[in-house]
Parts: sequence; C-alpha cells; structure tokens
Amino acid sequence: MGIKVVNLTHIYGKGTAFQQYALKNVNLEIEDGQFIGLIGHTGSGKSTLIQHLNGLLKADSGEIYYNGENIYQDGYDMKALRGKVGLVFQYPEHQLFEVDVFTDVCFGPKNQKLPQEEVEERAREALTMVGLDESYYKQSPFELSGGEKRRVAIAGVLAMKPEVLILDEPTAGLDPKGRDEILDQIAKLHEQKKMTIILVSHSMEDMAKYADRIVVMNHGEKVFDDTPRKVFHHYKELEKMGLAAPQITYIVHALKDAGIPIADDLITVQEARDAILKLLGKEPGTYKDGKRLEKPC
Amino acid sequence: MGIIKAARLIFDYVKHDEDDKGEEVNRAIDNVSLDIKEGDFVAILGHNGSGKSTFAKHVNGILMPTEGTVWISGMDTSDESHIWDIRKTAGMVFQNPDNQIIGNIVEEDVGFGPENMGVPTDEIWRRVDESLEAVGMTAYRLKSPNKLSGGQKQRVAIAGVMAMKPRCIILDEPTAMLDPNGRKEVIRTIRELNRKEKITVLLITHYMEEVVHADRVIVMDNGRIVMDGTPREIFSRVRELKQYRLDVPQVTELADELAEAGVPLSRGILSRKELLEQLVPYLKEQLGLDDKPAEAAENKEA
Repeated sequence: MGIKVVNLTHIYGKGTAFQQYALKNVNLEIEDGQFIGLIGHTGSGKSTLIQHLNGLLKADSGEIYYNGENIYQDGYDMKALRGKVGLVFQYPEHQLFEVDVFTDVCFGPKNQKLPQEEVEERAREALTMVGLDESYYKQSPFELSGGEKRRVAIAGVLAMKPEVLILDEPTAGLDPKGRDEILDQIAKLHEQKKMTIILVSHSMEDMAKYADRIVVMNHGEKVFDDTPRKVFHHYKELEKMGLAAPQITYIVHALKDAGIPIADDLITVQEARDAILKLLGKEPGTYKDGKRLEKPC
Repeated sequence: MGIIKAARLIFDYVKHDEDDKGEEVNRAIDNVSLDIKEGDFVAILGHNGSGKSTFAKHVNGILMPTEGTVWISGMDTSDESHIWDIRKTAGMVFQNPDNQIIGNIVEEDVGFGPENMGVPTDEIWRRVDESLEAVGMTAYRLKSPNKLSGGQKQRVAIAGVMAMKPRCIILDEPTAMLDPNGRKEVIRTIRELNRKEKITVLLITHYMEEVVHADRVIVMDNGRIVMDGTPREIFSRVRELKQYRLDVPQVTELADELAEAGVPLSRGILSRKELLEQLVPYLKEQLGLDDKPAEAAENKEA
C-alpha cells in the first residue's frame, strides 16, 4: 500500500511579506519496501516534505494517504502514524538524553504505553539491528563515539517498530568508514525486514550505491523521480540545481566523448571498472597485483 | 620554526565520577611532533575520535597540552600572557555555521572580532570591507545571516575570522553540514585565501575530494600521526588509508583498481583530468581507435 502524496503544497510565512512556497503541488507514490533517495540543495523542500509524511507539519493544501487512509481526515490517529513512520532527524544524537543507552532506546516504546517486558524486548531487538551488543547497554550515551551515538539514536526510532524509516542525512559528520557502516546497516534493515527506507543525503555516491529510486526536489517541486542511473543521466540539469552526479558519471561521459565505446550510464566505481576491463578483454572483478581475486576484498 | 609547531604533544581527557574522583584517563593525543610552514595548505584526515579536533583546539589555545609544547609563531600556548596574541594569529572556524554567527546583519557579525580586540572604528570598517570582499560576500553585507544558505553563512564565519587578520586559519570540518554547492563555495574561498592572502590553512575534513589541492596531508589515528605527505603520496596508499577508516576519492579508487588489474596507470591519480590523460590513449591504442576526438574531451574536462 505505502504512502501516496497528492498535490501537496506548503507555504511558509503565509500572509506575510516573507511568504514562500516550501512545497508546490508535489505528487509522490511510495510503495512498500522501496529504498528511496531524496536529494535537493539546501532549502529545496526535502526536509519539509519528510516532516509531512509523519504528520509533523500540516499541508496548506493537498492530501497524504498512508496505507489508503487520508491522514488529514477527522479522527485519524496521528500518534499511531508517527509510530509507523519513523523519522530520524539530522544529528539525531543531539536528542539522546537518558542515563544509559538501553533506557534511551526504551523511551519511544514506553511512550507508546506498551508493557515493560515488550518495551525491553523491543529495545534489545532495535539495538541488535544497529549492531550494538549488550556491552553498550549500561554505558552513558554521551561517552560513545559519533557513529555509535548515531546508531543509538536510530535504534530509538526502530524500537517503535516503524514500517517506514525516514533518515535525514544520517551520515553527516561521520568518517568514511562510519558512513559505510550506518548505510550498510540501513540497507540490511531494508533487505531483511522489508522496511521502506527514505534516505535524504547530499552524497550522490551513496545514492548510486544504495537507492532503488531517486526523487529530486528543487524549489519545492519534484523535478526528477526515477532510477539512479536515469536521474544521474541528467547531470547537467542537476548541476544547475546545485547538485551533482557521482564522480564516476563524469568519468564515463568524458571517456565516451573521447570516442571510447563505453556506456555512459554507469554510476559506481565497480561498474566503471568492470566496463573498462571488459573493453580490454579482461574478466570483470577485483584484482590485486594483476591477479583476479575470487572474492572481492 | 614554522608558524605552528608541536613538540611531543600529549593530551589526556580525564573523566571524573560522581564524587569527582576515580578518574579514567583517555589519551586523545599521543606524542605528536609537527612543524607547519607559513603559507602552507595542510589537511588533516582521520576517523571520528582520532584526535584531529583535539589537536586543532591546541593551535589557538582552547586546550592546553597535558605534556609537551605547542608554539604559534614562536609563542608557547601555555603561557597565558600570549593567549590573545595567539588567538589573533590563529583563527578558528567550526562545523556548524549557526553556532558561530551572532550579529543581526552580516557586516555587524564580521566586525565583532576586531571590535572585541579594541581595533579603532574606521579600521574595523576597513577590515569588514576587505574580509567580505575576500570571501565574496560583499553583496550580502546588510542581509540578516539567518536568510543565508549554509555555504554563505560559513563564508561569513570565515570573514569574521579574517577580520581579525590572522596569519593562520584552522577549519574544523567546515563543510560537514553543507550541500555540494555550499561545499564547493567554502573550499574555493579557503583556497583563495591561502593563495592570494598567503594565509596558512589547517583544514580538518572527512571529504577526501577537498584534500587533493592541499600542499600537505596529515593522517591521524589513535592520537598519533600515521601518515604525512603530499596528497599524491597519501592517496597512492589506498589500502593503508582504508585501514584507518578513511577512503580515497572515487577517481583515485577507480585508477587504483584498474592499475591492480594490469592497466598501466600511475599510482595516486587525483583528478579526472589526470586519469583521462593516461587512460584514453591507452584504451585507444588497445582498441585500435584513431586519436582525433581526444583533445575535445580534455578541453571539456578542464
């Protein structure tokens, strides 16, 4: 069923001199189990859009349907919606506040008035999902590393058992390995729990690697909505919007312009490597010292 | 002695329990010695918790060494009588622009630093003009900072430091919260300050692409310096970098993987242009293609 957004419009500062469209007639359909990348420059409306999806902001016009039900109809249970559509804000570790990791993760389900046993069960499950074992439970969340804190914060949302998980730049400020760890963890949730993921990110390289579908916002409007490969094909338009394509896209386009017969819709390092090796008559895959490795390292 | 010099620097974070005793010591910087030449653009890489921000905070006397010494243009940072001169010499820009801007309008914010230092009014205005010009924000001088984009705010923060006429500027992940355009703006501004105004730059970042133009790259791990060299030297050691939880730019990674597979490419390729210059002729030769459109592609790349 999923989420359906119809003609959504949101105006900031309505009726004042600063009136501005944050969202303008946005239509979007998100099916269950998709991994969606949401991109756009600062101020393009992406954060405003995701805050509508769990009812934190109310549209000036338009409708949102969650599993077929209009969330703006009278008597709709907004609180239940917020349990189903989990939102992880930017720098979520700033919202940690409890004395230890376990109690912090319990906060959400406890607020849902679940019995204590179930609360604890869910907290354990959520912490396992983000890869934090029992040795972390009694630690103060403030003494963890940046990446660990962020995982605790994500676990806090997962403990409410959302069907849809929205993450607003979950990797900002993390080191490269920390970024990969968080994103791999999210990809795993997507695969194993069939959770719908909406990921807001400025990293086109990450989008190319993880998303099934990319939605591009510009000035409050949805401008592209397609597979990463097709969206990055519009790299010149993306640049005009203050965005970019992954570096690999530029390399394959330049190779093609130089007369090399290579597909110009490649978006990851591995794809480009394999395509170039194929041109040279070599088998695709990871090599070391000229020898092909059976399993990529 | 360079503008920044550290000798056997050690810094411990000390944790106290509820009764203010039973301390636990966490060594954030472990015996670092370093000499940075005036006018250099130096990048510091390292994973979260590697000690790079702790080091940066020693450079303008926010933190004092537990052991060892840090000198800023010859002044010992632990000598309190120098602290204002040290902070005038080495200015700092932090990650979050919203935490660093205090003025109601841009020019007021930029003038805050020199005003605080007791600079005469007409000199303050001259410095505000110059600093805004240097970061390309003159057109916004009467705007409210909260109406600016992230990249613009960060440029205002840099202008605010510039107005104090530092000889060295330390930026601690200045682009972490910005979108690709904002990142480009800020990096371009920093490079220009380094080139035109000859200001020494110490840039801490997690984005490998921002490092390729530096004169020198230092990699930190567990509070120690583990790699130190030109970007080309550092990025030619792809596997070692990955051990330190770091990465290389995608161009470098692709070149490295192709080289491992036997394609004759030099190690530590840093830009698309370099990769194409080496890869295109080789592919053409191997595929028996003529050479005409190559120049067009190179021009486009530039």
